[in-house]
Amino acid sequence: MGLENYFSLWANRRWNVAYTNLFLFSGFYVLGSMAVGLLLAILIDQRVRAESVWRTIFLYPLAVSFIVTGTVWSWLYNPSSGIELLVRNLGWSNFSFALASDRQYAIYAVIITGVWQSSGFAMALFLAGLRSVDGDIIKAAQIDGASTFRTYRRVILPVIAPIFLAVAVVQIQFAIKTFDLVAALTRGGPGISTTFPAIYVYDLMFQRGQIGEGAAAAMMMLVALAVVLVPYSLFVVWRRRREGQNG
Amino acid sequence: MADLALAQALDPEAAVAGRRRLMARVLIYGILGLFALVYIVPLLVVVMNSFRDQPEIARNGLISLPQSFGLDAWWSAWDSYCIGGNCEGMKRYFFNSLWMTIPATLISTMLGAMNGYVLSKWRFRGSEILFTCMLLGVFMPGQISLMPWAFILGKLGLSNSVVGLVVVHCVQGLSFTTLFCRNYYISVPDDLIKAARIDGAGFWRIFWKIILPLSPPILIVTVIWQFTGIWNEYLFGVVFTSGSQQPITAALVALTAGGTTASAYDVMSAAVLIGALPPLLVYFLGGKYFVRGLTQGAIK
Repeated sequence: MGLENYFSLWANRRWNVAYTNLFLFSGFYVLGSMAVGLLLAILIDQRVRAESVWRTIFLYPLAVSFIVTGTVWSWLYNPSSGIELLVRNLGWSNFSFALASDRQYAIYAVIITGVWQSSGFAMALFLAGLRSVDGDIIKAAQIDGASTFRTYRRVILPVIAPIFLAVAVVQIQFAIKTFDLVAALTRGGPGISTTFPAIYVYDLMFQRGQIGEGAAAAMMMLVALAVVLVPYSLFVVWRRRREGQNG
Repeated sequence: MADLALAQALDPEAAVAGRRRLMARVLIYGILGLFALVYIVPLLVVVMNSFRDQPEIARNGLISLPQSFGLDAWWSAWDSYCIGGNCEGMKRYFFNSLWMTIPATLISTMLGAMNGYVLSKWRFRGSEILFTCMLLGVFMPGQISLMPWAFILGKLGLSNSVVGLVVVHCVQGLSFTTLFCRNYYISVPDDLIKAARIDGAGFWRIFWKIILPLSPPILIVTVIWQFTGIWNEYLFGVVFTSGSQQPITAALVALTAGGTTASAYDVMSAAVLIGALPPLLVYFLGGKYFVRGLTQGAIK
């Protein structure tokens, strides 16, 4: 009884790898998918032709499971069949691209695949936000002679700031729960290099039968979620109240 | 056209502006096209490889234009490929997933609609607190509920069965379905309900005659959300079932993990597509509703 499970958890090297990975992954994954999503949303917002076709292309990965995405990308990362072979066949015969099988860089393979899967989601939310911006203030900025870039940076993006926060919170939440993607893409390897908290919990509980320590790890996941979500929901409630008073 | 060219020739400033606008257009479509390529290529690679011969894939790699065409990989993946010593292909797992997803989707949507109805139109002391507690389920990681579910499924005698997964997904999905429906029903005017009550309509009558006929938009969103979510779910599938009871996601991982057959890319591509097709179909048919669910689930 007591806190033993938690002590042994934090003393475990594999758990340390897992939560270091979580921080690294969350950072790059959230920033990456938001950056790509915002870029795509702004481009689509320039009255492009066949808008729904572009949107359909960027969003379809969300309909597919992480298992499918992870499996397919693991083939693409595989040096003897995927991208490396493609480039070598094109004539660059000593090109090397073994991201997913390198201990040091495998985590970046997970990040790239994660961004690929979910930047469409950020795009959809950003696009909805861009469309909700009052057309008059955009016109006013244009009449004042502001360039498109400046209009976005100074007028439109500040208006949709709350969406940035919402997207970030949702993505961090996905990152903390990341399990399927890693299970299909790298299975936590090579070695233990892409272990994530969710993978660790599963391994401890159902592969090794260390239920106590596994439960402790699951509780740490919950704590991580709470650290992100509790302040965010308080902020949302606060903002709604304030808007209620002003309106 | 001639007039325009003439006007531009006469007005160098307009010509410069026109050229700049053209450049901007080229840039916009160029970047969009590049990203579209990155998004499309993985799907294209899998589709093409499912029709290519394995020897050709081994020779030219996964990413190359097909030089052969055949449907053998599809038949093999569906009917006869061996997964963990069981040589029946994907069909069993496909139907496991189907018989898991359809009932779980319908039941959790129905219960969510009733929950939403009660929580928005028949409020009682503590109903807001109850709703907040249910919302926690939206954020709870699946790992937290693994042990309790294992215990409950064991007690019910539903361990390692598709029915057990249906039960798990019905309950796990309740948070989302309740959230969707409650937020939708809250915009149904209370006066409508009051008028119906004065006319003598009761709890069920109001639900069937007033609430449900107003519900199709939100029910479609909820059904699509639940269907794709449950079909694509992996954690519960792999923890609570094994062997022939597994849903297709778990079978796919088992299939591609099989060391000896790891290079049968043609069959594995077809198998992956079999696993991805139902949610993709739902997405292409109901894309608008899919996106609506996505944004609602995220922002609320």
